[in-house]
Amino acid sequence: MANLITVSPSPHIHSGLSVNKLMFGVIIALVPAFIVSVLLYGVGAIVVTLISVASCVLFEFLIQKFILKTEVRITDGSAMVTGVLLAFNLPSNLPWWIIIIGAMVSIGIAKMTFGGLGNNPFNPALVGRVFLLISFPAQMTTFPVPSGISTPYISQVDGFTGPTPLAMLKEGIKQGVPVADLMKDAPSHMDLFLGNMGGSMGEIAGAALLLGLIFMLIRKIITWHIPVSIILTIVLFTGLLYLINPEKNADPLFHLLTGGILLGAIFMATDYVTSPMAPAGMIIFGVGIGLLIIIIRVYGAYPEGVSFAILIMNGFVPLINRYIKPKRFGEEIKNG
Amino acid sequence: MLKTFTRGGVHPPQNKITSDCRIEDLPLPVNVAIPVAMHLGVPSKPVVDKGAEIKVGQLIAKGDGFVSANIHSPFSGKVVKIDKSIDISGYKRDAVFITVEGDNWLDTIDRSPVLKREFNHSPEELIKIMGDAGIVGMGGATFPSHVKLTVPKGKTVNTLVINGAECEPYLTSDHVLMLEKGEEILTGAAILMKALRVEKAVVGIENNKTDAIKHLQSLLTNFKGISIQPLKAKYPQGGEKQLIKAILKREVPSGGLPADVGAVVFNVGTAFAVYEAVQKNKPLIDRVVTVTGKSLKKPSNFRVRIGTPVSNILEAAGGLPEDTGKIVSGGPMMGKAVADTSVPVVKGSSGILVITQKEARRRKIEPCIRCGKCASVCPLGLEPYLLMPLAQKSIYDRLEKERVMDCMECGSCTYTCPSARPLLDFIRLGKSEVGKIIRSRKK
Repeated sequence: MANLITVSPSPHIHSGLSVNKLMFGVIIALVPAFIVSVLLYGVGAIVVTLISVASCVLFEFLIQKFILKTEVRITDGSAMVTGVLLAFNLPSNLPWWIIIIGAMVSIGIAKMTFGGLGNNPFNPALVGRVFLLISFPAQMTTFPVPSGISTPYISQVDGFTGPTPLAMLKEGIKQGVPVADLMKDAPSHMDLFLGNMGGSMGEIAGAALLLGLIFMLIRKIITWHIPVSIILTIVLFTGLLYLINPEKNADPLFHLLTGGILLGAIFMATDYVTSPMAPAGMIIFGVGIGLLIIIIRVYGAYPEGVSFAILIMNGFVPLINRYIKPKRFGEEIKNG
Repeated sequence: MLKTFTRGGVHPPQNKITSDCRIEDLPLPVNVAIPVAMHLGVPSKPVVDKGAEIKVGQLIAKGDGFVSANIHSPFSGKVVKIDKSIDISGYKRDAVFITVEGDNWLDTIDRSPVLKREFNHSPEELIKIMGDAGIVGMGGATFPSHVKLTVPKGKTVNTLVINGAECEPYLTSDHVLMLEKGEEILTGAAILMKALRVEKAVVGIENNKTDAIKHLQSLLTNFKGISIQPLKAKYPQGGEKQLIKAILKREVPSGGLPADVGAVVFNVGTAFAVYEAVQKNKPLIDRVVTVTGKSLKKPSNFRVRIGTPVSNILEAAGGLPEDTGKIVSGGPMMGKAVADTSVPVVKGSSGILVITQKEARRRKIEPCIRCGKCASVCPLGLEPYLLMPLAQKSIYDRLEKERVMDCMECGSCTYTCPSARPLLDFIRLGKSEVGKIIRSRKK
């Protein structure tokens, strides 16, 4: 025999699935939402995304190459996904240097300090976003009004800005205005579904985000457990509140389509590294996120609570994994 | 909806290249070494001496103890020596070396192809015949059949399951056997039913073999109590526990036997060997072996005498291709890589698979991204991502609690892992260590 043969344990074939392919799949699923935000916010959406992705990848490279001195694995696509998700959680007129700080926190503090991909307990993009929200509350909560594809990034910085529908709601309720009156000024549900409102660039287009969800479910990148349990919990919880007191509470659909619930439920909470492994654990995780979001929105100081809710539940993931196990084969003896 | 097992499973490309190849006879080799340890249990004791003239079908090694099996000579000729030889698992073990001369069979063996359906033996007689004929599970586990048929006290079996799933990619030996020897297999099943004293038998076949399903269904009129169950093509459908779950909706308990849920499983190849032993008085000396691979010149299904060197089979299939990277005994999911092609085929060898260099190379290991895919494909509901680090860190008590011993080593986790982590390698290590601890506890 001319060549040497390999001797190794089974299995001798591999599915061909790779981290790369999974991350690329997530990026494809994010494309529809990206297109919508470009259509609504113009060049700003492109600029923010590019700065965020480039700086996330660059920080990962620099840290791996010069600080940790390990193998550089920026090609696995995970830093890119973090970059896009971070950008989607930012207003499209955010100054470039704030974005870079956000990327540094996401990659440097939330991801690499814990040992890089697979080891971070908290979702890196959300850690970055929350850091910016607390450090730069003014810039992070004034959103440009959607004004079409030709809106340039620079003029946006000084341009017209408006509050999100959720902020309007919170402020209105605080002043004692009935919800029904507030709703007259708020965008219609259809506008919300199509993204015609103020908000972070990636969270506004419910329809586009759902398209991404369907894609990821078909390609088996994620399972239904986390997004569905979050959405159902929110619908039930806000539905209950709405039935009890429609004067003080918005309807479930309004809650679902505003703020980052869909972006969070579909793309942020389903992050592999920071979510539970077993289906039952995923459902507990999802229900927890749903409850926390509404508690923060209705009773908390912030108008929006998706980031905090997901980060809090991230902290419970090791505990959930420890006690919620997949259903073992042969656990119950059935004799039929 | 087709029946299937409910938890986990994967869909590797089937690559059943040889499903249309009829069974061909392989030319006899010249020098052979018949291993005396090719079944699960205690190795057999050689009963022939150096220089002895032997015939095909003659007993050459006797089962030693309860869980062991007789071995008969597949060849006629002269015993050269009894010595250590490397077997297909890579270990040096005792073997009977024979120089093949002619092809003289014992007169007691009926070599005619006439089908014989009737039999009047008592269950005890049947079990004794199978024990004498050295029949073992031919699906790969090689558990002695007469032991399996002796149902432990206090357990009642009511269903015989015949395994024709053949869920391993590439392999077609069971498929072609069902097509060519359908009636013999069903007769074998009827014999096994009588030996087990059961009234019901189900043959489970994956529905990627519709011709075999149709063929066996057309033969059923002559057989009472036997039915054919088409199954979804999903790996590992042919795993004993998965097959019972799919067909009977019963779950074999952790650490238990199929008999615990009233079932016993035999492979179609074993059913055929049972037929030959009972109706033709022929011990287990040959079997169907699929020799296959993407770049192999002539992939085939051969009727191979046990003990034939792997190299002879590869030659008959057109020789080893240039780009050979790995040679596997068995299928790509659970087969064993062989280091040396001079090793002999054994009772459990269902196939010889030649893998190209490109496919043989393992991918670079990347960090676990905790996607949970390994756990979602595990047919036993285990968590490979957790078992691997526990085994690496030698945390054996926790490994046992996480039910590492339930692992059947189907390889679905390693097959699926996007980070190409060697999950099963370390789980095997953990299993062997935990197994040692459990055994020492019993003493």
